[in-house]
Amino acid sequence: MSDPVNSIAEWLRMILSSWGLSEGLITVILGVLGVVILASFVLIVDIMLVWIERKIVARFQDRFGPNRVGPYGVLQPIADVIKLLIKEDIMPNGADKFIFNIAPIIALAAVLLLWAVVPLAPTIIGADINVAVLYVVAIGSLGTLAIIMAGWASNNKYALLGAFRTVALLIAYEVPMIIALLVPVLLARSMGMQTIVAAQSTWYIFVVPLAAVILFISSIAELGRTPFDISEAESEIVAGFHIEYTGMKFGLFYAGELLHALTVSALISTLFLGGWRGPFVDQVPILGPVYLFIKSFFVYYLIMWIRYSFPRVRIDQMLGFNWKFLTPLALCLLIVVAILDKLLVGTSQAVYVLVMLGANLMIVWATVLILRKYARVERKRIGEERPVAVPPDTESSELVGQE
Amino acid sequence: MLNDWIFIGIFLLLAPIFPALALLIPRLIAPRKPNPLKTETYECGIETYGETWVQFKVQYYIFALVFLIFDIEIVFLFPWAVAFDQLSMFAVLEGVLFIMILVAGLFYIWRKGVLEWV
Amino acid sequence: MTVLQVIFLITAVVTLGGAVLVVTVRNLIHAALWLILTLFGVAVMYGLLSATFFTVIQVVIYIGAIAILMIFAIMLTRRVKQEAGSSVNKGWWLAGLMSLVLFTALVWMFSTWSGFQTTLPVMPANVDMVKVLGTALVSPNGYVIPFEIASVLLLAALIGAVVVAWERKS
Repeated sequence: MSDPVNSIAEWLRMILSSWGLSEGLITVILGVLGVVILASFVLIVDIMLVWIERKIVARFQDRFGPNRVGPYGVLQPIADVIKLLIKEDIMPNGADKFIFNIAPIIALAAVLLLWAVVPLAPTIIGADINVAVLYVVAIGSLGTLAIIMAGWASNNKYALLGAFRTVALLIAYEVPMIIALLVPVLLARSMGMQTIVAAQSTWYIFVVPLAAVILFISSIAELGRTPFDISEAESEIVAGFHIEYTGMKFGLFYAGELLHALTVSALISTLFLGGWRGPFVDQVPILGPVYLFIKSFFVYYLIMWIRYSFPRVRIDQMLGFNWKFLTPLALCLLIVVAILDKLLVGTSQAVYVLVMLGANLMIVWATVLILRKYARVERKRIGEERPVAVPPDTESSELVGQE
Repeated sequence: MLNDWIFIGIFLLLAPIFPALALLIPRLIAPRKPNPLKTETYECGIETYGETWVQFKVQYYIFALVFLIFDIEIVFLFPWAVAFDQLSMFAVLEGVLFIMILVAGLFYIWRKGVLEWV
Repeated sequence: MTVLQVIFLITAVVTLGGAVLVVTVRNLIHAALWLILTLFGVAVMYGLLSATFFTVIQVVIYIGAIAILMIFAIMLTRRVKQEAGSSVNKGWWLAGLMSLVLFTALVWMFSTWSGFQTTLPVMPANVDMVKVLGTALVSPNGYVIPFEIASVLLLAALIGAVVVAWERKS
């Protein structure tokens, strides 16, 4: 019983073939069953995420969070779902009905599709395709499309502006994200997720920590979370592209965003933190998903921590940061990793890890030096004497007081 | 391999059904009472002024173009990275040359001031 | 009629239908969205041919970058939401005749092409096609010169686009 998923699948396959169904039909039926179970599991975790997010943001802000509905507020998400379901669905004037309705469906479906390639255990994975990393990027771009559709179909100036600014931000941060995804592919020599996890005898975060950091920062921007949440900045663009969405449609966008954060955490854990790797996982494969979720929740906690500690960054600062800092840094890291990997062929594992780690730290150190020089120049430019208002001298204020 | 893609095909067909079901339930139980005031477009409390479709800056297009060029470049590098074991140092340096040509392009547009968002 | 053939037929109908709708629909944004459906159909075609790398590349580049670029370009034009007037111009019968001639010529040429009868080379079973592609792209006997020229071409596209589209703020 150490691998219940595959044992149940085999047993079902035996039963179905004993009924006389053809091989292909059995595969399709088992596939449908697998899809339904995976999607339901993921959506239930998504509902729990609402509670986790609200409790943790409350603790960061030194308050309680939901604690009325059920013990410790655990049933709060159910109350939220019921509220969203019974709210009226308002379609704004002049909205493009079909696109207005499909945009939230595509937004959530795109996030669900990402779970097809996440390896849950050495033997449990939805689809172990050999181009999984690029599949992740492709599905991400479908999510971007949903935002354009939502912004355009709302027939609202703010929605349109918000949607296009969001999309400009998302496509900008895809470049360092794809480069940072290329680094584990290069180290593992394959784009398939199971192969990358199997190749991580030392977790890649100890081999190329800079790539993990770049992927982490780009993913936060891709999720649209603070400090990059220009798409939902209430004070600036009044809720952005989902301004005209009410009820469950808004709920789908919101749930999709939370689930996207967890999915991205799962992907970062798979690529850099060793995925399902942990003690005893080869003998008892069912421990695989447990380890994966522990690591994913750790990364998700980091994302939330950053969200509730940092102020928002301006759009031109965000784009400048991406094109002038992250992209050259990521490309430089890629070149260094590629050349070093070829030079270190045949050395032992320990030497390899230490040299790579050392190279990463040297790149970080060089970057910090360049930034300090640039900051010194900027500070000198800004810190020149500027005319300031001079306070009134004391004699005249005494005169005023005597009045 | 084909089994994996069949799984993804099934997922592609079934994934939109879950959110669609979630949207079907409000259609059955939520109230629907549209009136002209409710369905007005939102514009910070005032009536809408002018066309909805405001003209955009050309900067959006430039950024999308720069993204396109770099996207294609990185996609070229994926097979190079996957085949890394069978490559000689010379082939690795060819890939590095590929990257450097486009880094030169990035540097050019940076210095030209194209990457400002004002 | 195997399952693969059925899937191919459905994909072909969707792709061609989407393509027809791209050129006949009046609303520009709708045309862009039908184009995205057509590109997705082409991606599925690549998948049916077992070129799975190109399936994902098609979605990443065409739908994720080029379609978005087109939508941004549509947004830059002011007040051109709908094309007014008739969709066909005065010389439509001549265009229709030439398309028919071209179509007949292509069908005849393909029907006499020997390529449909050649057997494909058999690939060894567990070969990762992406690895083969990668080796071919940078091997001196392979496609390394087109690979490097592609990067120069991309650089030219980048600089050309900046020259054409960007206006210096004075």
